[in-house]
Amino acid sequence: MTFAKTLRTALRALRRNITRSALTVLGIVIGIAAVIAMMEIGKGSSGAIAKTISSMGANNLLVLPGAAASGGVSFGGGSTLTLTAEDCDAILRECPAVKAAAPLVRARTQVIYKERNWVPQSIVGSTPAYLEVRDWSNLTEGEMFSAADVRNASRVCLVGQTIVRELFQGRSPVGEEIRLQSVGFRVVGVLSQKGANAFGQDQDDLVLAPWTTIKYRVSGSSGSGAAAGGSASASSTSNSVFPGAPSVFPATSAAQALDKPMPVRFANVDQILVAAASSPEIRSAMAQITDLLRERHRARPGEPEDFSLRDMTETANALSSTTTMMTNLLLAVALISLVVGGVGIMNIMLVSVTERTREIGLRMAVGARARDILLQFLTEATVLCLLGGLLGLSLGRGAAIIVKQLLRWPVEASLEAVIASIAVSAAVGIVFGFYPAWKASRLDPIEALRYE
Amino acid sequence: MPRPLIQLEDIRRTFHVGDIDVPVLRGITLCIERGEMVALTGPSGSGKTTLMNTLGCLDRPTSGSYWLDDEEITRLTKDGRARVRNRKIGFVFQSFNLLPRTTALEQVMMPLSYTASGITDREARRRAEDLLVMVGLSERMDHTPSQLSGGQQQRVAIARALVNRPPVLFADEPTGNLDSRTTLEVLAMLQRVNAEEGITIIVVTHDPVVAGHTRRNIRLRDGLVESDTAQTPLLAGVAAAAPAPEEAAA
Repeated sequence: MTFAKTLRTALRALRRNITRSALTVLGIVIGIAAVIAMMEIGKGSSGAIAKTISSMGANNLLVLPGAAASGGVSFGGGSTLTLTAEDCDAILRECPAVKAAAPLVRARTQVIYKERNWVPQSIVGSTPAYLEVRDWSNLTEGEMFSAADVRNASRVCLVGQTIVRELFQGRSPVGEEIRLQSVGFRVVGVLSQKGANAFGQDQDDLVLAPWTTIKYRVSGSSGSGAAAGGSASASSTSNSVFPGAPSVFPATSAAQALDKPMPVRFANVDQILVAAASSPEIRSAMAQITDLLRERHRARPGEPEDFSLRDMTETANALSSTTTMMTNLLLAVALISLVVGGVGIMNIMLVSVTERTREIGLRMAVGARARDILLQFLTEATVLCLLGGLLGLSLGRGAAIIVKQLLRWPVEASLEAVIASIAVSAAVGIVFGFYPAWKASRLDPIEALRYE
Repeated sequence: MPRPLIQLEDIRRTFHVGDIDVPVLRGITLCIERGEMVALTGPSGSGKTTLMNTLGCLDRPTSGSYWLDDEEITRLTKDGRARVRNRKIGFVFQSFNLLPRTTALEQVMMPLSYTASGITDREARRRAEDLLVMVGLSERMDHTPSQLSGGQQQRVAIARALVNRPPVLFADEPTGNLDSRTTLEVLAMLQRVNAEEGITIIVVTHDPVVAGHTRRNIRLRDGLVESDTAQTPLLAGVAAAAPAPEEAAA
């Protein structure tokens, strides 16, 4: 009997008893629907959890300058000035696993507004990309400073909620002027509340300004006095300060560049904060950044790097263990419901074999071999389960969409769940259909024909 | 001299019930030629159903040899017997054994799906339609068994038995569930199949009227052939032989 004929016979037999077929398959339908709905809701929630955790910095990488050493005495991490804003641009441009990168310049000083003063936990100089890296894009008020502000070292800043509370006593600070070391900054925006980080540090106690401004106008501590005042010509490698400006020097070839010693960098930054595109890509992002910076800093093979890279392993681990646990939990529930559905199928198929004993006898009498009968019943069970699986799939999707619409839960369609549930329902049909089919094929035609 | 269509030599069949051996067939030897129409009669317990199952390749004798259409059946495997049943034997049962909720056309086509040599769907359909026309059910091809009378159901069963053009047709009490009028109708149909298609027909019955419509009557008693007599068949009547298709469903 060909496969097409077997399939047609099975479909015909199922249609002959449509109500029972529908009831039989209900277990599978509900099982698959539950699996799909839970997978979609679960995936949505774990996506939301992942987003929350990564906003805590799980996907962030920190590039720090390396340690300077003199006569065997190390000055500790960060004591050289090797990172530049161009490194940051290059990382973003050339590392595919990197989503965003922002240079950081830090300062710690007093902030004055009218008659009040406050020393924020952190005064950070960066670029507009900082908000993307920190997953902090929604501002309470105002707007982010622009790339042009960074180029011009404009005296603008954003303040965190703590600053609003302490300096402005809750009033809107946008448009007001604050002073950092006697440099006036216009407040252009207010950051949304972020709360404390994992170590209890208040992240809202922050003043955020263009890194050029902090570096050249405020901190002035990094030995970059020559560049203070924003004089672009002093910056040896920075052409991005004046994009489109003709290059003063003739272009150097790669060979020339390799031979030339690295100039002293006046435009160095303290750190580069990088966000990997996703948590699984942290490792490749680290490798790409290492390769890129070694090349840019002309480190010969075997030579130690003049920078170091840190990831937030602890938070990243928390993230992956949360998702793994969630997935395993869902899988366990899914398996149980499918086994229950499968047992239901087996039950009804056994009843069906008993009820159709005479049909089986007749089929054998007109020439069906044991194998034909086995295949017929197996096909019936499998087709039934597959149809149930498809029905369950659409029901589950529908349920997920309803949940999304009514409860506003995050929902994410999952192709794996679709493929898995189809495969599983076919497998359930084969596994639980086999015993009844085998029983049918073992019937004796004489007795089957006489069965009442 | 060619072998007859059916040749039985010393066929014995013993059933084991617990520790007791119950011999049901105790050495049956007979020949049936092509084109014969034979009645197999005898009181209940005489072994006629067991003999019929053996002849129909549903059962295997304990000993003896059985040649059907130049093939030794007792040596065949289960699948081999299934193939013989499909190609060489048609069955008509007392209780019709039609599939529920299946149209007459599909019932008749069903055995073809187990035929190894591929028959196209169109060919299968054409054959089934021809046979249903032959048994006078051209108007009822799309009817399910519950929409057909007993006689019509048995005629669908006859069409189904003939769809693979077997040389022999076995009918086990084919009229046992029918009234006397439809009995004649079915007998006329069998006589026509025998006369026009040359198909050998073996009817198992305990009804002397049914047996009287055949040309040869083999009587069994206690697992042995008691008598084997040729006779002039009764004719089942011209009116019943061509039943009106518009006959009302029972």
